Amino acid sequence: MADTVIIETADLRKHYDGVEAVRGLSLQVPAGSIYGFLGKNGAGKTTTIKLLLGMARPTSGRAHVFGLAADEDRASVDIRRRTGFVSDDKDLYDYMTVAEMIRFTAAFFPRWRADLEQRYLRAFALPLDRKIKALSRGMRTKLALLLALCRGAELLILDEPTAGLDPAMTEEVLQALVAHVAAEEMTVFFSSHQIAEVDQIADRVAIIDRGRAVLTGSLDDLRESYRRIQLVFDGDAPEPAFRAPGVVRVRRKGRVLTVLSSAGAERILDEARALNPVSVDVVPVTLKEIFLETVTVED
Amino acid sequence: MLFRPNPSSGVPIYLQLMEQVKHGIETGALRPGEQLPGIRPLAEELVINPNTVAKAYRELEHEGVIELRHGAGAFVSGQAREKKLTDRLRAGQTIVAAAVERLHARGVTDEEIRRLFEAELAGLSRSGGERG
Repeated sequence: MADTVIIETADLRKHYDGVEAVRGLSLQVPAGSIYGFLGKNGAGKTTTIKLLLGMARPTSGRAHVFGLAADEDRASVDIRRRTGFVSDDKDLYDYMTVAEMIRFTAAFFPRWRADLEQRYLRAFALPLDRKIKALSRGMRTKLALLLALCRGAELLILDEPTAGLDPAMTEEVLQALVAHVAAEEMTVFFSSHQIAEVDQIADRVAIIDRGRAVLTGSLDDLRESYRRIQLVFDGDAPEPAFRAPGVVRVRRKGRVLTVLSSAGAERILDEARALNPVSVDVVPVTLKEIFLETVTVED
Repeated sequence: MLFRPNPSSGVPIYLQLMEQVKHGIETGALRPGEQLPGIRPLAEELVINPNTVAKAYRELEHEGVIELRHGAGAFVSGQAREKKLTDRLRAGQTIVAAAVERLHARGVTDEEIRRLFEAELAGLSRSGGERG
């Protein structure tokens, strides 16, 4: 199970009318993971998801889900059948009631889980008789999530599942996801621009920027390997050329030299001590800091 | 027993959980033989990834702090090990208390001491010795 790859893309590209939305994206999503697909708005997250589900065709490169080619029509039908998907606009039929929408959706899925339907109806306190057009944003999200969770899918793909939700509602949605994954052994791929929620529930992450993955890996590995080292000197800080691997960025300001490392601090400290700093601080680096260091800042 | 990892602290959540279990044993909040929450309920309660809880429990079992009994759940290890652990920690605590006292005497503040410890630990962890 741990070694199975559920989603795999290789040098995936998508150009729309001269815009390069996805520019050589390579990802591997292992089975059983909660995979956070983190990027700013417009980074290419939604386009990537459309490519994975066969809702758009790549310009070049390839995308496989369950080992099936997402750009082949029959294979992509199979992918969509085995995947629960919540789109960024949570598309639902506004003229239906909650109960009608659930019955309508259930009819398409032979593995529909009536037990889970009952559980999530209660947990989410969804009003069965209300028309969908009268639902709040939070209720809409919960209904879309219920429809995705109950179809007996092996994979959930969620496009910004908590966008526009208040913190309490966000926590409820994340809790439902965590509980579902713990009980059902499935894979979740969710896009987000909320660093905190990726930090909280993901075990693997890809940071996407301008259509490219600028960083991928296990969150624990990132947390254990990223360090910020601050060196303070008596006079102006020197301009060292560190030979140690993993130096992401060196900033020099007056008497202070700050080094961001992606490979621990030891090798850098060995070199730094030779420079005779008056103080040395090593601190862990948060995902937020890593994110801000790896994505491009708007000009 | 209350677990409260901070997901955005930059410290792996499974390590935070491990520390909190050990701290619970040290303070007596968790006793030998006592059952820990199951992976699913704990993941759900803390709203964190179930794989993270499973990893913390696996590592704690590896260190002999807890026992995983198939189908029954996770339990704090028996008296002997617990005592050994506690003795070791108590000895460590004496050393830390002395060091903190000396630092205070030199006018180093609590916050500065905390940073010094963190810097030292972050420095040590790179050598790869003490990480599970």
